[in-house]
Amino acid sequence: MTETLMVSIYIFVLATFVGVEIISKVPPLLHTPLMSGSNAISGITLVGSLIAAGEGHAQLSMYLGLAAVILATINVVGGFLVTDRMLGMFKKQPTKNVEEQKK
Amino acid sequence: MNVITAFAYLLASVLFILGLMMLSSPKTARRGNMLGATGMLIAIVVTLTDQRVIDYTYIIAGLIIGGTIGLTLAVRVKMTAMPQLVGMLNGFGGGASAMVAYAEYLRMGDSAAFAGVDVLITMGLGLLIGTLTFFGSMIAAAKLQGTIGGAPVLYPLQKQSNALLLLVVVVLIVLFVLDPSKSYLLPIIIGLAAILGVTSVIPIGGADMPVVISLMNSYSGLAGAMTGFVLSNNVLIIAGTLVGTSGIILTNIMCKAMNRSLGNVLFAGVGTDYQGPAAETEQRTVVRYTPDDAAFMLENAQSVIIIPGYGLAVAQAQHVLQELASNLIARGKTVRYAIHPVAGRMPGHMNVLLAEANVPYDLLLEMDQINDDFQNTDVALIIGANDVVNPAARYKKDSPLYGMPILNADFAQTVMVCKRSLNPGFAGEDNELFYNKKTMMVFGDAKATVTGLVQLLKQ
Repeated sequence: MTETLMVSIYIFVLATFVGVEIISKVPPLLHTPLMSGSNAISGITLVGSLIAAGEGHAQLSMYLGLAAVILATINVVGGFLVTDRMLGMFKKQPTKNVEEQKK
Repeated sequence: MNVITAFAYLLASVLFILGLMMLSSPKTARRGNMLGATGMLIAIVVTLTDQRVIDYTYIIAGLIIGGTIGLTLAVRVKMTAMPQLVGMLNGFGGGASAMVAYAEYLRMGDSAAFAGVDVLITMGLGLLIGTLTFFGSMIAAAKLQGTIGGAPVLYPLQKQSNALLLLVVVVLIVLFVLDPSKSYLLPIIIGLAAILGVTSVIPIGGADMPVVISLMNSYSGLAGAMTGFVLSNNVLIIAGTLVGTSGIILTNIMCKAMNRSLGNVLFAGVGTDYQGPAAETEQRTVVRYTPDDAAFMLENAQSVIIIPGYGLAVAQAQHVLQELASNLIARGKTVRYAIHPVAGRMPGHMNVLLAEANVPYDLLLEMDQINDDFQNTDVALIIGANDVVNPAARYKKDSPLYGMPILNADFAQTVMVCKRSLNPGFAGEDNELFYNKKTMMVFGDAKATVTGLVQLLKQ
């Protein structure tokens, strides 16, 4: 087993724990933006797509890269923008009413 | 990978984690999302400077095409259509991961024979999960959109044939790992994974799509992580894993809220489309009230809890409902919303729909926060919800709802139900709450009824 692989597995396992820890703190109120936002983050595969599309090796591999870049970019751009749009809608109640609510 | 790239990827990973951490509160969530986007931008820019990239034609073309489509989708989508959009985006992410894995194999060419076993295994898994996610998500999105019917598509030996298909794919992956020069195996793996993506989602009913979307969310992250292993790229592994866990946690929450196991959701073929009135055999009487009665009741109430269901969004009554709530709040009454986890069509969906209608988020309370307050509440106003307030879930052991956590609407002094008819909900279980003595049934379209209430209250 190579050292790189060992490190990768370490990262994978530790990231799982970080993920569980962070995600369970997200309130149900924000579960939809969580999904669309994390979805955008999974578009990180774009990084791999870019290299595949730009390597200039085999033609087929570049076409695949192009298709992957398109899909991943839709995922990234669409995901972050729509999350921002949704989160922009979440507003707190004007303070005056909060007082009334609390009574 | 040079040092700068490595550190940039580390920075991107940190920003992703910080961004997700900031989603823990609506106050910081938007900035968190920005942080995530910044991390992504850093990762992309650094990748573009990678020395392996020598030709930018396809890259620029891809970024422009993808960016334009993504932008259009994000700006245009209606909030009710959010589940379909997220489903589609999941699929795109999965599809991209699969293609990257395949492209990497093509790049290796003959040297694939010398690739490590780990690379080959994750390559095969990346292809399988990515392709399955793409096709499964497209089916799920089409079901949600109504392009194809939401009813489960069932045929004989379905589970067995799907299991067999999965087994065959796994065997092919093993064969590929043993002899990576057999390049013809990969297209077969992709083809079979595509079929599996379709056949594993079509038997799942429309009402269960929130679970499927969450699961696909998880898969898309996992596919990214697998690609990360193939490319020895840690930022892919970290980001993919975070998304993978997030999807699994949401899947679990949805299953619990519906009182179903994941296996039951995936394989039982339940959850039909809205059907017509299921034979109303029992002739129990309900007391019909007019909007005037309801308005009078609300005027005299001190505290109101609104229970919105997806029927509210179908009737597009969110805005007028908020008008009603504001009116009551202005009169000094306590008004809050009780949101059941499966109130919408994806996790948290109802909150977004109400936020769009300018409902302040501090009035949106989740089930555990508000369930004890019903007994001290004058009116529970149920609009477009049914199964999530059905008391049968508490005691009726033969009911499909039995054991599902419900909102304690029946503990309120008065229960007011705005509904089109007495039709049962998705679960097909008659709701005894409607026949309760303290329940006021106001029949009619949700939007028309609530609009009527607002006008009556203004008089």
